[in-house]
Amino acid sequence: MTSAVLPPGLAENPNLGRWVSFPAPGKVTISTGKVEIGQGVLTAMMQLAAEELDVAVARIAIQSGDTDLTPNEGFTAGSQSIQFGGVALRSACAEVRALFLRHAATVLGCATSELAVQDGGVLRNGTPTGQDYWTLATAVDLAAARATGSASPKPVADHTVVGRSAARLDLPAKVFGEAVFIHDMMLDGMWHARVVRQPGRGAKLASIDEAAIRRAARGPIEFVRHGDFLAIVGQQEAAVDAAGTAAPDHVTWQGVEPISSVQQEAAWLLQRPAIDRRVGAPEPHASPRNRQRHEATYTRGHLGHASIAPSCGLALYRDGHLTVWTHSQGVYPLRAALAQSLALDPAVISVRHVQGPGCYGHNGADDAAGDAAIIAARLPGRAIRVRWRRAEEFGFEPVSPAMVVKVAAVLDDAGRPADWTAEIWSGTHSARPGSGNLLGAEALPNPPPAPPPADVPDANGGGATRNADPLYDIPAKRIIHHLVPETPVRTSALRGLGAMPNVFAIESFLDELAERARQDPVQFRLAQLADPRARRVVERVARMAAWQAGLPAGTGRGRGIGFARYKNRAAYAAVVADLEVAETIRLLRIWCAADAGLVVNPDGAANQLEGGIIQSASWVLKEQVRFADGGVSSLDWDGYPVLRFSEVPEIEIEFVAADTDVPLGVGEATAGPTAAAIGNAVSHALGTRIRELPMTRERIMATLLAG
Amino acid sequence: MPQVDLSVNGRPVSVTASGETPLLDVLRNDLGLLGTRFGCGFEQCGCCLVLIDGAPEKSCTRPIESVAGKAVTTVEGLGTPARPHPLQQAFLDEQAGQCGYCLSGILITAKALLDRNPSPSRAEIAHALDGNICRCGAHNRILRAVAKAAARLRELGRR
Ligand code: FES
Ligand code: FES
Repeated sequence: MTSAVLPPGLAENPNLGRWVSFPAPGKVTISTGKVEIGQGVLTAMMQLAAEELDVAVARIAIQSGDTDLTPNEGFTAGSQSIQFGGVALRSACAEVRALFLRHAATVLGCATSELAVQDGGVLRNGTPTGQDYWTLATAVDLAAARATGSASPKPVADHTVVGRSAARLDLPAKVFGEAVFIHDMMLDGMWHARVVRQPGRGAKLASIDEAAIRRAARGPIEFVRHGDFLAIVGQQEAAVDAAGTAAPDHVTWQGVEPISSVQQEAAWLLQRPAIDRRVGAPEPHASPRNRQRHEATYTRGHLGHASIAPSCGLALYRDGHLTVWTHSQGVYPLRAALAQSLALDPAVISVRHVQGPGCYGHNGADDAAGDAAIIAARLPGRAIRVRWRRAEEFGFEPVSPAMVVKVAAVLDDAGRPADWTAEIWSGTHSARPGSGNLLGAEALPNPPPAPPPADVPDANGGGATRNADPLYDIPAKRIIHHLVPETPVRTSALRGLGAMPNVFAIESFLDELAERARQDPVQFRLAQLADPRARRVVERVARMAAWQAGLPAGTGRGRGIGFARYKNRAAYAAVVADLEVAETIRLLRIWCAADAGLVVNPDGAANQLEGGIIQSASWVLKEQVRFADGGVSSLDWDGYPVLRFSEVPEIEIEFVAADTDVPLGVGEATAGPTAAAIGNAVSHALGTRIRELPMTRERIMATLLAG
Repeated sequence: MPQVDLSVNGRPVSVTASGETPLLDVLRNDLGLLGTRFGCGFEQCGCCLVLIDGAPEKSCTRPIESVAGKAVTTVEGLGTPARPHPLQQAFLDEQAGQCGYCLSGILITAKALLDRNPSPSRAEIAHALDGNICRCGAHNRILRAVAKAAARLRELGRR
C-alpha cells in the first residue's frame, strides 16, 4: 500500500502504537503530545478518538505530554492543537480501526466491507461476531504498525460524538478541590525551594547576608549556590517562602543594567537598532498626485501573561536519571533545553506535564521547571519543588513585547485602500526553550550564549507580523518588519502574538477610512472582502447586534466592529462591542460570530472564544507591564490590574456553520477582533480616536482634554 | 511550637505550628487539604478563600493562631462527587471554568453570598466576586452557575 498524505504530526510519529493502545479488556489508551492548559483540549481529543475508533468515551484513558510515553508534537500553542494535533490523532485512530477490521476479516473469513465496529465490538452485517478490539489485540502488533495514510476518517455526516458539546473531563476534579495542579504534587520527602533571581542577564552575585536571610526564615533552611544561581531550600515551605521573600534585600549584585520607565513605552522601539526586512508587493511607483493617502500609527505596551498563580516545577535526580514535572506547553523542547543547560544526555531526562493555572503562552512555567532541575541536579536523591513567588512571576516571566504598527495607504476613488504598507517595530515573540532560554541557566557558570535574535518565521504564522497582512481585497500590500533584538526585558509568546496589535491597527485604520469615505464600517468592509467565509461572519455578527448604520458619534456611547481570520488560516471571527465612555470605559455587551470549520466540542470552543474576548478586553482597558526603579514595577495585581467580574459584559457567541471536516484553531481567534471592536467603539463614543493601548483612565482623560 | 485547636470541615483538628504560619500553609502542607489554592500570598486574588465561622476570609496571610477555636470550611467541605453542593453541580452544569485554578476561592465566595442573599442579581453576584480573579475569562459562565445554584437552593428550601 502506498502512503497517501499523512497529517504532519502523524507523518513525524507514524508508529500507531505511539498513539493508541488496548491495555486491558474494554479499555483504550490514547496518547497526545498536546497538553491540557485549561482549554479543554483533552476532552476534544477524547471525542475525536471515540468517534474514529467507535468506542464509548468512558472506555478511553488519555496520556498527554510525557517524554516517556507520548509522541513529540512540539508545543501546545498557536491554536494548533485540534487543527493539527487533533487531526493527527484522528487519522491515527482511523488507521487503527481499519487495521483491526482487516484482521477481523481474516479471522472471520469475510470481506471488510461486511464489518463495522460498535463500542469496540466487531459486527458483521449488523450482528455481533464475538470479536472486538481486545480479542484481536493479541494478534495485531500495534507497536510495529505504521500509519500508511490509507484509511480516511469518517465523513462528517456520520459523526455522533464529534460536533456535539461534551462536558470537560478535567472540570469535576477542579470543582471538588482535588489535587490536580502541579502546585498540589507532594513527592516523598519533598524539599521546597525558592530562587533568588539575578536582576538581569549577566549580573554577578557580589554578597549574601546569610544570617539575615536565616533570621527571616524562622525555620531551618539551606543555601544552594552554583555560579550566580542562588536558591534557598528547606522542608518547611513557610520558612523557605519567608526566606525567599526577604532574600532580595540581603543580596547584592554587580553588573546590573537598570531599565527605566522610558523603555516601557512602545515608542522607545523606534530609536533602537533593528533587523529589517520587507515582504509583499514591491514599493509602488510614485503614486498619482491626485490620489488620497492616509497614515496612522498604533501602539501597545508590554503585556504579561499574568497567570492566576505563579509557576511551579518539581524535579528529582536519582541514580543518574532526572525526572521533571512541569506545566510547560512543550515537554520535548523543555527536555532539550534542560539537557543543554545541565550537560546531560536527553535520554536520561524524563519530562512530564502536570496541569497548571492557565498560561496563554510562554510564562514562567519552563523557567520554574529549569530552576527545580538545576537544584535537583546539585542535591541528588532529594525531590525538589520550586514555586515562584507572585512578584517573581510578574517580574521575571517573559512578557509579550511592546509594538508599534504604522499603516499607510494610497486610496482609490471610492476611498478604499489600493496600496497598503504596514510597518512594524517589535521585540521577538518567540524565545521559547528548545535551544537554551531557561532563566536559571543564565546564572550558571558558563551560561549558554543568548540565543540569536529571531522571531517566529512567517511560515509558522509569524510573530510580530502575525495577521499583519489584511484579508481584504487590496491590490498591493507590503510589510516592513523591524525586529528589535535588544529589549529591556525578556519577551516571548502570548496568546495571538502580534495578531492583537496588528488587527487592532488594521481594523482601526479601516474605520478611519470608512469615516473619511462617509460609509458605514460594516458595508465598507464587505465592499472589499471577497472571501465568502469572512463575509458570513461579518454579516452574522452585524445581524446579532442589530447593527445600524449612521448612529451619531461623540455621544459617550459607542459601538464598533472588528474582524480577522487568525493567522489568515485558522478560525474567522467578527466581534461587535457596545460600551460607554466617561472617565473609563464600561463594556455593555459583546457579540461574536465565528467560523471554526469542523467544531469538535461546540461548548468548549465557545468557552475558548469567550475567554479570548474577555482577556483581550482586559488587555485593551487595563494592561501594561510597568518599569521603574531599575526593573519591572508592576509586581502585584494592583500594579497589573485585570478585568474583574463586575467589569465583564454579557457576551453572545454564534458559530457560522461550515461544510468541512477541517477544524480551525479557535483559542486565539477573538483577541484581535475584540481589541479592534472596542477601539472602534471608543472612537465612536468619543468622536475622537485613541491609537495607543491600553486605553487607561489617564489616556482617556488626556484625549478628552485635548479634544 | 504552640498547638492550635480548630475545626476544619466539621472535624476537630489540632496542629503544631508557629503562630504566624499562614492558615493556607497549614491546610495544604499539614492537613493535606490541597483544594484551597495559593495565588498571590497578599490578599489580592481570592484563590485562597475559606470560610471562617461562615465568613469568607483569605487564608494566605491569616496567622494560624488567629483561627484557634474557630470553624474553617474549605472547598472540600462544600460537597463531594457523590454529594455535590448545588453550587458545585451548577458549575458542572454550566461548564463554568477553564483552567479551574480560581474555582475553589470562587465557590467559597459564592457560598457566603448565597448564605446571606438567596436571590442575588447578576450585578450582585459579580460585585461579590470582584475580589476573585479569573484570568481565563470564565466569568459569564461562573455568574450563570451561581445564579443557577441560587435558584436550586431556593427550590430545595421551599420543599
Ligand atoms: S493567595 Fe490569598 S488572596 Fe491570593
Ligand atoms: S478558570 Fe482559569 S483562572 Fe478562572
